[in-house]
Amino acid sequence: MMEEKVFARTPGLTDKPFHYCPGCTHGIIHRLIAETMCEMGILETSIGVSPVGCTYNNYEYFACDMVQAAHGRAPAVATGIKRVHPDHTVFTYQGDGDLAAIGTAEIVHAAARGEKISTFFVNNAIYGMTSGQMAPTTLIGQVTTTSPFGRSADAQGYPINVSEMLATLQGAVYIERVSVTGVKQIRQAKKAIRKAFYVQQAGLGFSMVEILSTCPTNWGQDPVSALQWVDEAMMKQYPLGVFRGSEIEVKPEWK
Amino acid sequence: MNKRVLMKGNEVIAEAAVRAGCRHYFGYPITPQTEIMHYMARRMVEAGGVMVQAESEVAAINMVYGASAAGARVLTTSSSPGISLKQEGFSYIAGAELPAVVVNIVRGGPGLGGILPAQGDYFQATKGGGHGDYRNIVLAPASVQELYELTVEAFNLADRYRMLTMILGDGTLGQMMEPVAFREEEPIDSSDKPWAVTGFKAAEREHNTIQSIYIEADDLEALNNRLQEKYQIIRQQEVRSEQVNCENADVIVAAFGTCSRICRNVIRDAAALGIHVGLVRPITLWPFPDAAVVSAADQSSVQAVLTVELNAGQMVEDVRLAVNGLKPVYFHGRTGGNMPTQKEILDKIRSIVGR
Amino acid sequence: MSRIEIKEERCKGCGLCVSVCPKKIITLKRDTLNSRGFHPAGVTDMSACIGCAFCATICPDAVIEVWKETKRT
Repeated sequence: MMEEKVFARTPGLTDKPFHYCPGCTHGIIHRLIAETMCEMGILETSIGVSPVGCTYNNYEYFACDMVQAAHGRAPAVATGIKRVHPDHTVFTYQGDGDLAAIGTAEIVHAAARGEKISTFFVNNAIYGMTSGQMAPTTLIGQVTTTSPFGRSADAQGYPINVSEMLATLQGAVYIERVSVTGVKQIRQAKKAIRKAFYVQQAGLGFSMVEILSTCPTNWGQDPVSALQWVDEAMMKQYPLGVFRGSEIEVKPEWK
Repeated sequence: MNKRVLMKGNEVIAEAAVRAGCRHYFGYPITPQTEIMHYMARRMVEAGGVMVQAESEVAAINMVYGASAAGARVLTTSSSPGISLKQEGFSYIAGAELPAVVVNIVRGGPGLGGILPAQGDYFQATKGGGHGDYRNIVLAPASVQELYELTVEAFNLADRYRMLTMILGDGTLGQMMEPVAFREEEPIDSSDKPWAVTGFKAAEREHNTIQSIYIEADDLEALNNRLQEKYQIIRQQEVRSEQVNCENADVIVAAFGTCSRICRNVIRDAAALGIHVGLVRPITLWPFPDAAVVSAADQSSVQAVLTVELNAGQMVEDVRLAVNGLKPVYFHGRTGGNMPTQKEILDKIRSIVGR
Repeated sequence: MSRIEIKEERCKGCGLCVSVCPKKIITLKRDTLNSRGFHPAGVTDMSACIGCAFCATICPDAVIEVWKETKRT
């Protein structure tokens, strides 16, 4: 009887244990990005930009060069890095407050300029780190610490569909929304991450993967129910799919 | 023999940066410094560098942060309202210990203010407009030639100390044209940057991280102590100032930048009336040249110190601190883009000496 | 025989692996607490493991490693 190891912890992650809440999907997404960098052989030539939010310190978790940015500024910081090292792979990792509230100008313009960077947008419809406030992506009716009666369009406006919005920009050549609610979805998310890196390496322009994620703690749900809420509620507002670049194929010769 | 070229101050800043090895410029238009970006839009391309017109001054300073983290010499320029926007970035640059050069071509404030020259950003520049315990090196040129030389030096200081160096100019300096003599080669302190995020080979180093957050009190205090030690070294080694005619003066005038040029002329006007005026011109506003101010003020001949500024009284506070009660310190200033005339300043001196 | 190993000390007892195992052989060990106060996941019947790695794929803390049985050539 022989066995083969089919799943090991990727060297793209450092050994530091994640500080995230039990069941938080940040951990899954970190792992997918780290695995992809290793599989593509780009760990040593990638530079990531950490946001402000629960994952402010993900520079401690990724084993590539990392720079932490001020809240919302990651796409501008990534622009600076990529303009200095155009041959390296530069990515930002941002939550919904970082990207869709305080950082809206920076993400729109990095995408519009077609900056050859890849953004991984973790959308869990709430602010985690600061304990549960409404996010620009919070759903109508969703209860948060700053919408305690449920978000009302009258009082708090409507959620923002970032992928659809950025898809209007010519410089944004690949935009896909995925989720990580089950094994099948996780595998699709990983494909999207890989495609984003390929698009960058091929010099085509800006790429973004929006990843519907959970926040069990601030949603007041257990981790498994939280995944279900993504499927049942979040996806009604944020359908999965490719919004730009469906025609781009990941060619074997791109490494 | 160095060629002398008649150039506009703003353009000289851009030219100096390129000569100092800067190949990354990030900017946003704002009067009265936009010519820097126009010049860079061509010059950077010619030099094989990068010029990005960012979506805001906020974005520009964050591009600077990123490019500096990546190991490059990098410049952004703006004017007062735009510099206000950059203060968050300055604090992050200080905390992450990144080299960067920023130019503020100061205009009138507060608020949208005016587009005429002023010196009203002295506090913001030297006391820190961003949050936390940090300093920026602040250089105050007073001529287009000095704009050139100090801009080149700013890159060396920034790299040497891993911090932000600011050129505090004003609208007059930015817009005026004077002859500039460029050196054949610039003195470039090329420091190794092993801490930069450049990609790596596992055999040569581990991965680098650049950040400014330290959750544990002891860790954050260690960073602050490290910064303060650095600033102390800079206070000892990088102070610059000019003293003109100070020996046995009746009155010492303290002024920087454009204002110092007006005061320099007053020396001659006062001499005609038998009043001996000396000028102390700080060139580094931080670190402030306390010793130069004190050595000029602490003479038995000196009756008082007069600080003249294009603001409502900012550097005068540092002058008072330095003089520390040795002699009375007076202030004369104009705001809004108005300049004190030589006669105004002379009248003030005459009222001090009583003739 | 396929098998998995779970780093018990780093498991947060989130239960995601439990929910995706097609053989339903993972549970949270209610009678065990790791040093961080969590009930770690554990396998009830390793002989039923098919090495699909669904558990490792969804584990947010990357604490599961998987070995799959291979036929001798």
